[in-house]
Amino acid sequence: MHYPVRSAQRLGAQVLQLFHDTGHAMFMLFEAVWFIQFAFGKRSRGETVTQLFVTGIKSLAVISVVALFTGMILALQTGLELRRYGQEVYIGSAVAVSMVREMGPFMTGLIIAASVGSAIAAQLGTMTVSEEIAALEVMSINPNRFLVMPRLVALSVMMPVLTVYTNILGITGGAVVGATQLGVSVVSYMDNATQFATNKDLYVGLFKAFIFGIVITTVSCHQGFMTTEGAVGVGKATRRSVIISFLVILVIGYMITRMFYV
Amino acid sequence: MIRFDHVTKQLGRKVVLDDVSFEVGPGETFVIVGLSGAGKSVTLKHMIRLMQPDAGTVFIDGDPINELPRRELQAVRSKFGVLFQSAALLQWMNVRENVALPLREHTDLDDEEILRRVDEKLELLSLGDAGDKFPADISGGMQKRAGLARAIIMNPKIVLYDEPTSGLDPVTSRRIDDLIVDMRAKLGITSVVVTHDLHSALAIGTRIMMLHHGKIVENAAPADFIRSKDETVQRFLESQYITKKGKWETFSHD
Repeated sequence: MHYPVRSAQRLGAQVLQLFHDTGHAMFMLFEAVWFIQFAFGKRSRGETVTQLFVTGIKSLAVISVVALFTGMILALQTGLELRRYGQEVYIGSAVAVSMVREMGPFMTGLIIAASVGSAIAAQLGTMTVSEEIAALEVMSINPNRFLVMPRLVALSVMMPVLTVYTNILGITGGAVVGATQLGVSVVSYMDNATQFATNKDLYVGLFKAFIFGIVITTVSCHQGFMTTEGAVGVGKATRRSVIISFLVILVIGYMITRMFYV
Repeated sequence: MIRFDHVTKQLGRKVVLDDVSFEVGPGETFVIVGLSGAGKSVTLKHMIRLMQPDAGTVFIDGDPINELPRRELQAVRSKFGVLFQSAALLQWMNVRENVALPLREHTDLDDEEILRRVDEKLELLSLGDAGDKFPADISGGMQKRAGLARAIIMNPKIVLYDEPTSGLDPVTSRRIDDLIVDMRAKLGITSVVVTHDLHSALAIGTRIMMLHHGKIVENAAPADFIRSKDETVQRFLESQYITKKGKWETFSHD
């Protein structure tokens, strides 16, 4: 067969596979959404609470460090530029608006995708290759209810909560840099920050975080369920879940910004 | 009870099951043997619809399992207990929680009653002391027995065993064989066992079916199986040092 024909066939097969995988992921997501009504019922309460804890509490340390330094870097970079024009007092607004609109949900999304999302893909991938998922199905225990739904609840609830935390720490980091490096008092920094950052910025940022939570759950659970080839496959699924989550977070983040601000 | 009607399954370019038809009656211990890749585990997975045939139908008590809507599928699957090759215990739960899982998910029994039933099954499988241990902390043989305890906790009519003795030492393997025979004798359970181990197959089976390249080459009672004229069966028997003139000469199974 000629090379162009083979290439076209391969491309066609990949496109079909993409549609198939997307359909599978969407079905999984819709079913998990439907099961949310049982999130705190007798059979799922334990797992839902565990996932809320794993997502919310166990990621706090790394999020704290990243958030604090993100705010400090933002303040330092913008502050040094603004100082050339004698406008360093405006770093409060620069940091607050950047954090609340973009950097808060974006940085939180990346950290959760890399820490919690990868762990979900690895756990579900291992369960798939060791036949635990098949065992659940045979026991008529729906994996989308038993495994996906508690993680969906945890990530979609905890992402906005963690984003608020990231925002607070980031803005605080900026205030520390402002006070110690740029000679901007904490009071004028905060005045400036609250003057320019609006409620809309906060709500749009939290909406982004909520959507990112759903994206990370869907991608990592789907990659876990699609795992083949034993331990090597688990590694591939974990890597793919992080890469796809990053890409989708970037694209969806842009689309939401465009939707609300253009 | 279980009937395969002209079932064909292709995976990639390989035809794994090629127009396969057979039947398993109630109370039988039906053993499927064959070389690796012969289609044994694929056959097992069709019985519980973990795989769908490309052609043909699988009937469970007259219900075509590959055509049932999800709700009815659950009712049919509830007739089965399955012991997976890897035991497939959930790693974050201890043995007792694993065995209790089907009861917690499908019944409204109180904790006390669940515990009583779980401990009863653990005792039956000599796992009384292992209830609080996690799967990673117990041996392969104990994991298989815990998997079997979970498989029978809902008192299923049919138990499927996928390579129940693979990776186990000979003593533990014979112990698992004895358990499978006990399941039939004490609980009247219908069993379908997939194995490479012909010694085990002859010891536990009421009927043995051999698959080769996706086709059935023999399906007979153990006494007739070892006398099969089929060359593939003969080679398979010889590969495990089983001859008609050996200890199986006067073999019969009630």
